[in-house]
Amino acid sequence: MSEASGLGSSREVPRPAGPAPGTSRTDSPGVDDRGWTAAVRRRLDGRLPLEEVLPTRQPAFVGSWVYVFGVVTIAALVWVLVSGCVLAFMGSAWWHTSSLGHFFNSIHFWSVQMFFIFMVLHLWGQYWGAGWRDGRAKTWMVGVVLFLISIVTAFTGYLIQQNFDSQWIALNAKDAVNSTGLGGIFNVLNFGQMYGIHVMLFPIALTLLVVLHIVQVRSRGVVRPIGDPYVPDSGESVSTGGPR
Amino acid sequence: MSARRPGIDKADYYRGIRMTPYDLIKEIAIATVGILVVVLILSAVLSSPDVPSATIQAWAKADPVDFVTTAASELSGQSTTAQYGPPYTSGSGSTQSIGPIEPEVWAGVHIPVDAPLDFVLQPLSQATVGDQTLASALNTFNDASAGQQAKWLNAYTNALGSATLVDNEVSVPSGSYGPVPILMSRLLSLARSGGLDALLLTSDHFYQTDYTKPLLFMNDGGYFVGLAQAQDLTGSQWGMMNETGRYPGQAWLWLYTLWYQIPPFNTASNGDLLVVVVMTILSLGLLLVPFIPGVRDIPRWIPVHKLIWREHYRSMTK
Amino acid sequence: MNGPAPYLHWGFILISLPNLILIAVMVLLFVVALIAPFPHNRAKHRDDDDE
Repeated sequence: MSEASGLGSSREVPRPAGPAPGTSRTDSPGVDDRGWTAAVRRRLDGRLPLEEVLPTRQPAFVGSWVYVFGVVTIAALVWVLVSGCVLAFMGSAWWHTSSLGHFFNSIHFWSVQMFFIFMVLHLWGQYWGAGWRDGRAKTWMVGVVLFLISIVTAFTGYLIQQNFDSQWIALNAKDAVNSTGLGGIFNVLNFGQMYGIHVMLFPIALTLLVVLHIVQVRSRGVVRPIGDPYVPDSGESVSTGGPR
Repeated sequence: MSARRPGIDKADYYRGIRMTPYDLIKEIAIATVGILVVVLILSAVLSSPDVPSATIQAWAKADPVDFVTTAASELSGQSTTAQYGPPYTSGSGSTQSIGPIEPEVWAGVHIPVDAPLDFVLQPLSQATVGDQTLASALNTFNDASAGQQAKWLNAYTNALGSATLVDNEVSVPSGSYGPVPILMSRLLSLARSGGLDALLLTSDHFYQTDYTKPLLFMNDGGYFVGLAQAQDLTGSQWGMMNETGRYPGQAWLWLYTLWYQIPPFNTASNGDLLVVVVMTILSLGLLLVPFIPGVRDIPRWIPVHKLIWREHYRSMTK
Repeated sequence: MNGPAPYLHWGFILISLPNLILIAVMVLLFVVALIAPFPHNRAKHRDDDDE
């Protein structure tokens, strides 16, 4: 078995009532395995032991350039967030009047382009490899939600540039938003509202979903190639059937 | 021992698969530095777009006749904004529906805009200090009956069709317009000084971050749309995907904007709502690909995967 | 870079040159990723004995 042993073991081993002198309760495995905390720890350790979060081996079939698109997307997002933090700290007018500010805006602009380029390439790669197989449908779905949320995040970003582009995009988008009935609570002409949504609310949602997406991938591992399916060992009771 | 589901028990899932050494952190580090280098080069060489905002002041200076025409249409309640409908006004000039489904109307007015008051009369009333002519013109207009106001405005609007610029003032053939020409002339001066941009934004209070009123007002005129057309940003030009200047735009919106170029969306008055519905359905479809027979089988039928995993398939046959 | 972008027009398709270049680069990157050989670990043959 590849998962870590020790922490999170559910074996009931008879132990003295309290910790031995000079040790703490956590030094005695098996004693404190009841309660919510222990249950969460067991679940986490079962699904995501450290060896899987930070693996040093991978299946040989992952040796293809198609597999780098995901991590490059995340790398681009890192620079989107860093440059975004600088722009937020310095205020929304800074980049119009400072050439350093404009440079950081350019970093933000091109990181966003890179982010979308590699996210879409990652989507293409996952589609043609049918990455949703074997119980990974939720990973695909979280990925699509990430794609859609990224689009809305970028949209609000364009709205808060405070230049001609913002004005134009806002005035055109308003009709589509209004047609859904959401125009009264999502006013694209309201800079203050769009700013808060873009700088805080959506990046938080995006980051949380990216973490979830990564956890999903790491806990299940990369899906097997099409045509080389997972075949459960008929002798083991733990296996519950063929690939999903 | 708790049961492990396939997919979580990786030793079992990868049975028969050769494992190779792999440095995850190094891969992340290379990707992060690599992208930074690319982004820094692009930023240094190409910079980023920043076409300055249009202002009501610029508009009033560049095209006074268009400005005054728009202002008159606001005062008479005939402008696009005045007739828009929810969320700005009652009415239904711009509301969209599909058959009996009209979410826009159901949502109601939540961003109230009173075009004659907000865009013309209110700013003017704040500019009467020291201007007795304006003050009495405003009184004359406000005291007149709705019917009389409409008569003046209709006559003036028609006359604007043959308006000219005389000494930088908008001049129309003589007629019976009441106080309207004075109101328009003062509004034009206010706009040219930059005062109207400010008053439309801060008419209620000191701090303001909501640009709804100045933006809607500007959008009712021809000047602003003309600026966009010159930059190929209008909807019929695939505008949603495009950026000012020679920069890439939002290429990921290609499918969203594509619908606006083809029938029936390109001519339908409820085109926006139709496109929203279509794109919502397609987005749901993308979300549910793993469950859609056919769509989820295409990767098997068109074997791009044979390229991705060619080494693996080769080793399988050995 | 602030001047008007060149546009290409095919039927109802109207695309700016920058956007077209970007999309072409994406397709190229995907094709290259599919066919370019991936560097293999020098310990490849030793791995077969590790399993």
